[in-house]
Amino acid sequence: MTSKEMFWTKVKRILRGGFINFWRDGTVSFASVLVMMVTLLVIGMISFSGAILDTTLAELSNKIDINVTFVTTATEADILNIKQSLETLPEVLLVTYVSREEALTAFKERHSNDPSILAALDELGENPLGAVLNIKARDPARYPSVAEFLQSENVLSPSGISIVDRVNYFENKAAIDKLTRIINSADRLGFALTIFLAIISVLIAFNTIRLTIYIARDEISVMRLVGASTTYIRGPFVVVGIIYGLTAGILTLLLLLPITYWLGGATEGFFIGFNIFSYYLRHFLEIALIIMLSGICIGSVSSFLAIRKYLKV
Amino acid sequence: MILFDRVSKVYPDNSVALEEVTLSIEPKEFVSIVGPSGAGKTTLLKLFLAEEKPTQGAVYYDSTNINTLSKKEMDKFRRRVGMVFQDFRLLPNKTVYENIAFTMEAAGRTDEDIESDVPHVLELVDLTSKVWNFPRELSGGEKQRVAIARALVNEPDVIIADEPTGNLDPANTYDIVQILKKINDLGTTVILATHNKGIIDLLKKRVIAMDRGKVVRDDKSGKYFI
Repeated sequence: MTSKEMFWTKVKRILRGGFINFWRDGTVSFASVLVMMVTLLVIGMISFSGAILDTTLAELSNKIDINVTFVTTATEADILNIKQSLETLPEVLLVTYVSREEALTAFKERHSNDPSILAALDELGENPLGAVLNIKARDPARYPSVAEFLQSENVLSPSGISIVDRVNYFENKAAIDKLTRIINSADRLGFALTIFLAIISVLIAFNTIRLTIYIARDEISVMRLVGASTTYIRGPFVVVGIIYGLTAGILTLLLLLPITYWLGGATEGFFIGFNIFSYYLRHFLEIALIIMLSGICIGSVSSFLAIRKYLKV
Repeated sequence: MILFDRVSKVYPDNSVALEEVTLSIEPKEFVSIVGPSGAGKTTLLKLFLAEEKPTQGAVYYDSTNINTLSKKEMDKFRRRVGMVFQDFRLLPNKTVYENIAFTMEAAGRTDEDIESDVPHVLELVDLTSKVWNFPRELSGGEKQRVAIARALVNEPDVIIADEPTGNLDPANTYDIVQILKKINDLGTTVILATHNKGIIDLLKKRVIAMDRGKVVRDDKSGKYFI
């Protein structure tokens, strides 16, 4: 037999040994797979919580905009001029013009249930509302520079007199900043918590596998004494660890289907438009890869390390 | 062939298991090591397998100090020695066939060799009907015969048997001893540690008597007395 043939014979024997051990040690395998599933569920949670926070942050950022309200005497031409110069700014994504009339219609619609306000409006006789430019930036971090641009006098008052009534960015700024900070720290806290949980559950999985190898310690010493090499003894145990990881990975992925389906509606209501079930289906390959690889790594590395102690005969 | 050169073994709790033991065993010899519990019989065998290291002195096999062997050389050396223990030490999750095949696989033997040699060696110990049984389904005598088959299958130079009949009834004891004798007749060195008087008297082979870590007697064709 050539050394190459011997190599493949060895690989075949190690794989077969691993499968047989996994199957014959049914109870131990079952318990180990269950423990490993808990670990993999926690790891799955990390990708979900990250996505939830990212989507929420994106949704909130989307809701941030700047409203520039003009004085009622501003001419439409002046406003459209400003609109045009705003649109040339690289940080600006979209500028929407709301004329005085449109603003009034919208105001009336909003207060259609409040006759006193409508009566007061009638009393005034003329439209008290100024036209509005609604500005959306490409990135929330760019709003300060847009606001700065609006403040520069030559933009706002071509004739020397300011035609801008107010810019709401400065009023909302504090609230926007606070919200961003809260989301960021929630993101960090959530990440730290899930990492902490993941470390604990990986340790539990490692200990479970260590116990399964502890049970087999006499067997390992016998293998040593009949002259089996380190690779030949360790191989099947590592294979068993990989099978634990693969089985637990597949079961976890299957279990996540009903779990996320059940949580889907609740998450959609709670986290502005984030449905955990559709996220799971959309990112299935990515999540499956993370969970399967984690399972295989935890299983094989744990076995590899745990058996070391008993190989020293 | 095997030489214990002024070997002492002191365990960490300061108990002395062997004290300046010097003895040699020639190829194809059948040597029984006798003595009460705690005499140092098992320690002597463990030192030969390098399961334990001597505190002083050295153990030689074919003029090589076995404690200087590398891991790889140690694996090779152990494949030249077959072992039989009082508690059988079979692999519980493997069938009789697989237990024996494992030893051959570990020695890098081919699948064809395994398929032809395992049935042959099982025939030698009269266990052909139990090939696919697990150790838990066998009696003590049957387990010990599997252990002997496993020790034999790689055609070792030496067979070490540590109280192989300690857990067996007289009929099975007699069988095991006959098998060991047959193995020795075929040219394998056998080292047998026991405190069974009947076996020694039956064998009429070399007897080394030990007591409290020392060799107290070495008879070419001995009887059991201390």
